[in-house]
Amino acid sequence: MRRIGDAPTVRRLLIGAALFLAALFLLLPLVAIFAQAFAQGVAVFWDNVSNEYTLSAIGLTLFVAVLTIPVCLVFGVALAWLVTRFSFPGRRVLQTLIDIPFAVSPVVAGLVYLLLYGRTGWMGTWLDSYDIQLMFAWPGIVMVTIFVTCPFVARELIPLMQAQGSKEEEAAVVLGASGWTTFRRITLPNIRWALLYGVILTNARAVGEFGAVSVVSGAIRGQTNTLPLHLEQLYQDYNAVGAFACAALLALIALLTLAAKAGLEWRASRREAFL
Amino acid sequence: MSIRLQQISKHFGNTRALEPVNLDIHEGELVGLLGPSGSGKTTLLRIIAGLESADTHPRSGKILFGDRDVTHVHVRDRRIGFVFQHYALFRHMSVYENVAFGLKVMPRNRRPSTGEIRARVFRLLEMVKLEDFANRFPAQLSGGQQQRVSLARALAVKPDVLLLDEPFGALDAKVRQDLRRWLRRLHDELNFTSVFVTHDQEEALELSDRVVVMSNGKIEQIDTPETLYRHPANRFVFEFLGDVNHLEGKVQNGILTCGDARLDVDLPDGHEELLLRPHELRLIETPTAHAHLPVTVTATVPVGAEVRVELEADWLANPWLATIRHADFERLGLTRGQRLYVEPRRWHRFAQQSPRYSPSPSTA
Repeated sequence: MRRIGDAPTVRRLLIGAALFLAALFLLLPLVAIFAQAFAQGVAVFWDNVSNEYTLSAIGLTLFVAVLTIPVCLVFGVALAWLVTRFSFPGRRVLQTLIDIPFAVSPVVAGLVYLLLYGRTGWMGTWLDSYDIQLMFAWPGIVMVTIFVTCPFVARELIPLMQAQGSKEEEAAVVLGASGWTTFRRITLPNIRWALLYGVILTNARAVGEFGAVSVVSGAIRGQTNTLPLHLEQLYQDYNAVGAFACAALLALIALLTLAAKAGLEWRASRREAFL
Repeated sequence: MSIRLQQISKHFGNTRALEPVNLDIHEGELVGLLGPSGSGKTTLLRIIAGLESADTHPRSGKILFGDRDVTHVHVRDRRIGFVFQHYALFRHMSVYENVAFGLKVMPRNRRPSTGEIRARVFRLLEMVKLEDFANRFPAQLSGGQQQRVSLARALAVKPDVLLLDEPFGALDAKVRQDLRRWLRRLHDELNFTSVFVTHDQEEALELSDRVVVMSNGKIEQIDTPETLYRHPANRFVFEFLGDVNHLEGKVQNGILTCGDARLDVDLPDGHEELLLRPHELRLIETPTAHAHLPVTVTATVPVGAEVRVELEADWLANPWLATIRHADFERLGLTRGQRLYVEPRRWHRFAQQSPRYSPSPSTA
């Protein structure tokens, strides 16, 4: 007997539609990016990539990602721990608040930070009296990037930690393990794959973030330009090859991220099959 | 190590989980906490362990292990072994690593050497008959094996008391029985004090030296299985410890009537409810002078050494259950729809607001 919805025509139709749409909306643009980037040959591509400003944009982008990831990691683990291991009034509200960065437009986030920490902002005036400038400098870029990416790790961990429960940790403590030992030897190994997965997503978003960063960076070439911002500037300057060269770099990072993610998922499924 | 609880109570928010409880557990005793879900038995066990803290308002109770007051001692330092219902084995560690964990996390001055740890772990694995499984991971073991690992892990640190939370609840009937016997033997051999939680009356009666029957956050009775079964303190204990048939009716001149059912009872006039155990019912073909209880057989199920017979009648609100021997079953030639009479060998009765321990069951 055939299962419901398993008619061959329906199946072929759905698979065909999915493949067609994936090619049209995902694969074609990706191919176009690399085609445009190398439209005038490898030498021109390389000239654009090794350009002083591009290199500085790449450096800043990686620098921001490197600062963002540990912060999000610690924040995410602490938050997931808090939400799944303790019950306190406001726990549900907190769980909803975690999603705010996902819910609001990154541009709005950037604007809020500008209003708060800009030279005339509430915090900004006070900071300015100490000669500390956050906006239109790399600290501002890091701050908004953290804001935009901070839910990823917690979002990955919370369902997993909820499903695993706290019995193993209780067992460890009964056996005499200290809080830190319990975390290091029991909690961390149990969540490591989800944690890594969260970091990969955080990294992808941190590298690619445009909206929030564009508001607070000021886009000073060679100083506060991240790769996505630099790309846009090149495009505005009618340097199509330059813009697409940067786009190709970003796409490459995205592809590497996807490969890492797929690798992790494959590993996880193999582990489960093995166990 | 004996365990003594004095005035231990617990609230979760506004819900009272435990009324002030006093409990004395002697050294070397195996005590079962028995009760339906929500009776507070697991809460009590977790308080003994220190995984839950008892109320400190309005009054703080006391927990003593031997002479040691552990009321404010952290669970880490209470020197207990705890076995969880779903084993709670460390899933990313091998069986060996699981059992060795408690020894490896000891402070350096108390920690045995690597060789000693190895020797002790293998001795424990041998004891739970899992020495060939040292390198397996928990997910590669059956439920019964996992529970044995969990027991070995708990015993590795030589705890003063062993606490088990529904230790066999997640296992199938056959394995449960084997493990039960095995735990009893182990307990007699090593002679540690242990407390276990269960909702299975058979398990509690078979395994325990004494059983603590709980309901609604309070202790109903503490006694040996024998006393508990023969002299239940109140109706709750009686009903919880086995299947019960009810007979409700009016007593007049020493005869209880209920529809067309009659039974001679030695009771004053008034409304009465009698309780009857299934094995205390005899099925007969003609009524006797003392009992006229006509019933119809609705189902017969052979279970092990006996046959469970379901009975219905117009005068019964709920069907009755009788357990009879196979020989009687064959002699009567029981079939569904057959009409018979019941003669109770014995019946029990509890006053509605029975003071604890006072009324003993009467006999017909």
